[in-house]
Amino acid sequence: MTTDTAYIRDEFVPERPAPGRAGGPIMWLRANLFATPSDAILTVLGVIFLLWAVPPIYNFIIGHAVFPGGTVEDCRAEGAGACWAYIYARFNFFIYGFYPIDQYWRPNIVFILGAALILPLLIPTAPFKRINAVLFFLVFPVFGFFLLSGGVFGLSYVPTEQWGGLLVTLIISLVGIICSIPLGILLALGRQSDLPVIKTLCVMFIELWRAMPLITVLFMASIMLPLFMPTGTNVDKLLRALVGVTLFASAYLAEVVRGGLQALPRGQYEAGASLGLSYWKRTYFIILPQAIKHVIPGIVNNFIALFKDTSLVSIVGIFDLLNTVQAASSDIEWASPTQAVTGYVFAAFMFWIFCFAMSRYSLWMERRLDTGHKR
Amino acid sequence: MSQMTETTAETTARQSGMQVSKTDVAIDVIGMHKWYGDFHVLRDINLRVMRGERIVIAGPSGSGKSTLIRCINRLEEHQEGQIIVNGTELTADLKRIDEVRREVGMVFQHFNLFPHLTILQNLTLAPIWVRGIPKADAEATAMHYLERVKIPEQANKFPGQLSGGQQQRVAIARSLCMQPRIMLFDEPTSALDPEMVKEVLEVMISLAEEGMTMICVTHEMGFARQVANRVIFMDQGQIVEQNDPENFFSNPQHERTKLFLSQILH
Repeated sequence: MTTDTAYIRDEFVPERPAPGRAGGPIMWLRANLFATPSDAILTVLGVIFLLWAVPPIYNFIIGHAVFPGGTVEDCRAEGAGACWAYIYARFNFFIYGFYPIDQYWRPNIVFILGAALILPLLIPTAPFKRINAVLFFLVFPVFGFFLLSGGVFGLSYVPTEQWGGLLVTLIISLVGIICSIPLGILLALGRQSDLPVIKTLCVMFIELWRAMPLITVLFMASIMLPLFMPTGTNVDKLLRALVGVTLFASAYLAEVVRGGLQALPRGQYEAGASLGLSYWKRTYFIILPQAIKHVIPGIVNNFIALFKDTSLVSIVGIFDLLNTVQAASSDIEWASPTQAVTGYVFAAFMFWIFCFAMSRYSLWMERRLDTGHKR
Repeated sequence: MSQMTETTAETTARQSGMQVSKTDVAIDVIGMHKWYGDFHVLRDINLRVMRGERIVIAGPSGSGKSTLIRCINRLEEHQEGQIIVNGTELTADLKRIDEVRREVGMVFQHFNLFPHLTILQNLTLAPIWVRGIPKADAEATAMHYLERVKIPEQANKFPGQLSGGQQQRVAIARSLCMQPRIMLFDEPTSALDPEMVKEVLEVMISLAEEGMTMICVTHEMGFARQVANRVIFMDQGQIVEQNDPENFFSNPQHERTKLFLSQILH
């Protein structure tokens, strides 16, 4: 190289593809598992752990498990794995609780209708969003309530005490999630308000509910509330739990949304204002879409926690999914060493399916909503 | 600092279409004071802007230039004195504030486009929801202004996909879509790469040529020379000196102005 300071490029360097990465499984192993001595040691330790942990789990869940068709004697046999036959036998109880058996078609319609309405809502490209939303958020809850509880149109009356299982878990979590969104957003906006009264009320509400454990809320709702109410008034136990869970969730959601509001640059508020958009139009068209997009992971995190927390309603005597599993585990007919464990594995799996679905959906939504503004 | 040389376009711009009204007051600021907490940011501001006037505000950072124009559309609140815009006095009354904001466009240093909306949606949001213009008409107007700022082909992209200069031109078009009677510019070229300053200034010059009432906070002295009727120099929250650009640049009176000009004109 000479030390010339002057240089003029006389040819344009054309674009070319990046150099290909070395392929082949051996190369992949070298690069990913055995790149350095410590990597190799970690890989070996990992394999040993898997060899130690996987076979017993496999044997319990599949290898030595008793599948539907098996009998309780099979489950009681020495070394038997999970007693899936028991889950199969009591499956209806886990789904419907004490709902009358001859009336199962009613929750079934609610399940099918709910799924048919919520799926197109979750698919952004599906048509008729407005009608779909009205049907799901307004018509479906009313229809579902009357169909399930009956007492009208010749349907037999089924008190909420008899509702149970997955049905109740889904009702509580869906109502909690759907009602806490608008409440949480309003609370978050209120907390940022310039009006001192609104701001103070919102702060007090949020801090009060966040400071109490959900168990306390549920206990108060179901045991203490009736003491303060005039005798004769009777608010449904499930309804009380629904209100408690919703208000609890909305306080948490409010704080997550507030985080999103604060993350927005002030210029967004100012640009909206300088165009003459009123507070609510600004909030609806400019602020919330961005703020909520920022906090989707936090919101879904809350929903997943809420979904699992619904199992706490069992302490006030509501038979949600986990409580039905627990109740059935003392079923003498199916008494076996693995009965309880199998039930809990089943319950865990059911919860996992819904939580995992929520998690994946939110990841997909985040990617979809990304308009590449992070430069 | 991009210095613009004297061109024929400039001379014609000064002569044609840039009529300043002698009777129609666009903005009247009378004895205005503003504090941030205990900090006295704006002191005894008196400024009357006639319809069609183009005013450039210059001054060191922290002198209150941005705060002043932000008071004119009430992004900032003043504590004393009066601000009357298009005959409407700004008070705490939200209705009046919205009334003023509808007629006063603002362009920000950092563009402040809405990143979750396409360019076209950025331009049509306010006309549709503030003015109640039908969507198709709003889109036609939007395309008209995008053509004016020479980027109609970007209509369906998102702001994040555009260069800084393009984003600022979109921001100007967004304000124009509301068909404002006054435009405020808050250091519109300060956040731009040097190569992009010119394309934004060209749009601003063409606006000036059409007779838009403008107040620009800017350090582009070439722009000030070319289009301003008046240059205002601010320091420590006060208007220190104002004059027509020729005299302002060639014959500054106040010591502070002389110092400032010697720092930036080299």
